Amino acid sequence: MALTLDEVRRVAALARLKLSAEEEQLFAGQLSAILDHVRELEALDVSGVPPMTHALAEGEAVALRPDTLVPGLTPEEALANAPAREGTCFKVPRIIE
Amino acid sequence: MTGAAELTGLSLQAASAALRDGTASSRQLTEACLARIAATDGRVGAFLAVTGPQALAAADASDRRRAAGGALGPLDGIPLAVKDLFLTRGVPTTAGSRILEGFIPPYDATAVARLQGAGAVLLGKLNLDEFAMGSSNEHSAYRPCRNPWDLARTPGGSSGGSAAALAARQCFGTLGTDTGGSIRLPASFCGVVGLKPTYGRVSRYGVIAFASSLDQPGPLGRTTWDVAALLSAIAGPDPHDLTCAARPAGDYLAALEGGARGLRIGVPREWFGAGLEPEVEARVREALATYQRLGATLVEISLPHSRYGIAAYYLIATAEASANLARYDGVRFGRRAPGVSGLKELYAESREQGFGAEPKRRIMLGTYALSAGYYDAYYLRAQKVRTLIRRDFDAAFERCDVVAGPVAPGPAFKLGEKTGDPLQMYLADIFTITCNLAALPGLSVPCGLAGGLPVGLQLVGRPFDEATLLCAARALERELGPAPAPAALEVAP
Repeated sequence: MALTLDEVRRVAALARLKLSAEEEQLFAGQLSAILDHVRELEALDVSGVPPMTHALAEGEAVALRPDTLVPGLTPEEALANAPAREGTCFKVPRIIE
Repeated sequence: MTGAAELTGLSLQAASAALRDGTASSRQLTEACLARIAATDGRVGAFLAVTGPQALAAADASDRRRAAGGALGPLDGIPLAVKDLFLTRGVPTTAGSRILEGFIPPYDATAVARLQGAGAVLLGKLNLDEFAMGSSNEHSAYRPCRNPWDLARTPGGSSGGSAAALAARQCFGTLGTDTGGSIRLPASFCGVVGLKPTYGRVSRYGVIAFASSLDQPGPLGRTTWDVAALLSAIAGPDPHDLTCAARPAGDYLAALEGGARGLRIGVPREWFGAGLEPEVEARVREALATYQRLGATLVEISLPHSRYGIAAYYLIATAEASANLARYDGVRFGRRAPGVSGLKELYAESREQGFGAEPKRRIMLGTYALSAGYYDAYYLRAQKVRTLIRRDFDAAFERCDVVAGPVAPGPAFKLGEKTGDPLQMYLADIFTITCNLAALPGLSVPCGLAGGLPVGLQLVGRPFDEATLLCAARALERELGPAPAPAALEVAP
């Protein structure tokens, strides 16, 4: 199954990736080959089989903890890695004209 | 006083005994490891960062504790290192990606905090494939990692540095993560022991997420005892991770010497087919014969859906990755593209500049598999196949206690051999991947050499039965003797 360049661009836009023209070409070919491989799943009859939606078996998960205050990151710690900040906010380019 | 080279060659168990007997101090062990890293890592590339001053301070603190009679246990004063996917407070953490270059975590991963709480000395952060995506460590954005057995070959991935550092005698134990084989494959390629615990046995808190329903942190060591000691320290419930199991951790050292008598070993016929290199098959079959000699019985079993593992995995893992990696958008942390106006452009440019080819490829595949019109055909179908794979194991474990087979179709491959063809790279995980899909524990233990390169035997166990895996691996290790040290590094460069 060949993925067209238009489909590659549509998926890249959904994924918020800005691919170069070379990457679009490369991924169209490579993703097509991978999708061809995964199509072997179509050979299986999965009717009536429930999806495995949890990796941890029921009854193994931790119980909910009491809803009490616990210390978390301070604003300074949370902002320490911010590429740009203003006061106690993350700063981004203007989004409303 | 013991020589530095002798110290770095010790197992964790022997180093721990030396500390207890007073024949070595933590400072001596730590200095010996740092010297070994300085002498060898230019060629190996196992470390992305070495935290020498912090390590020596921790070593001195451990020595003081011991002198005062307050030693904490077998890991107190032992130099270890962790994959650079574990958050370390105040120490840069990159996930092997440029998008996290310079990122300094404000907190520790639970597994790291538990090692430190046990008195361990952390030497630094280990090389990996970018965001743990890869089977050769060649997708590291920083530097390649090489196999100490043959520097032209890969150490396996994605926890390549975690296995190479042990084979190179740079430290006494490491942590890695395993999403589709990323602990077991490098352990096999580098001739060390690596354990992927049951999903939920070790907290994922503070471990940078790749595929959240498959990721599981685990230990690597030069012996099964070493791995059992590390697992005992890191396993157990964690209120910070709701997918971490509530059941208490076992004492993995207590049952280690139980032997293999009476053990029923399932041998899946699907794991011995075409594509398995004859010399690897020979080593695995010899290991199985050794188990028979030790009083275990072999049971032929079938895991009929194994062949669909790679396909199901590359839909589920990439779908989850595409969601997990959405957080790298240049806003709160990580790389931000300079000089961009507009928020959408900021996201797209930051991601384009920060991610390498493999994360982009997987984000694309996962986004496609989850997108409107394809979800049922790809993601949902893969999740149903995952159920079938788990049922295969459930049926097998009615007739056997562990499942045994090869870790990989061949020994370590050469750098550059598979980088041009992603699908070929993915197929290196063909025997390890079903264990992750079924959420089971799996282990790689050395079982000899093929063409002068290490071969690992894979053991897969029932949920939360790591103790049986370690006990079985220990029985083989006792028969084969200690795994040899690679000679390649001792030759002058």
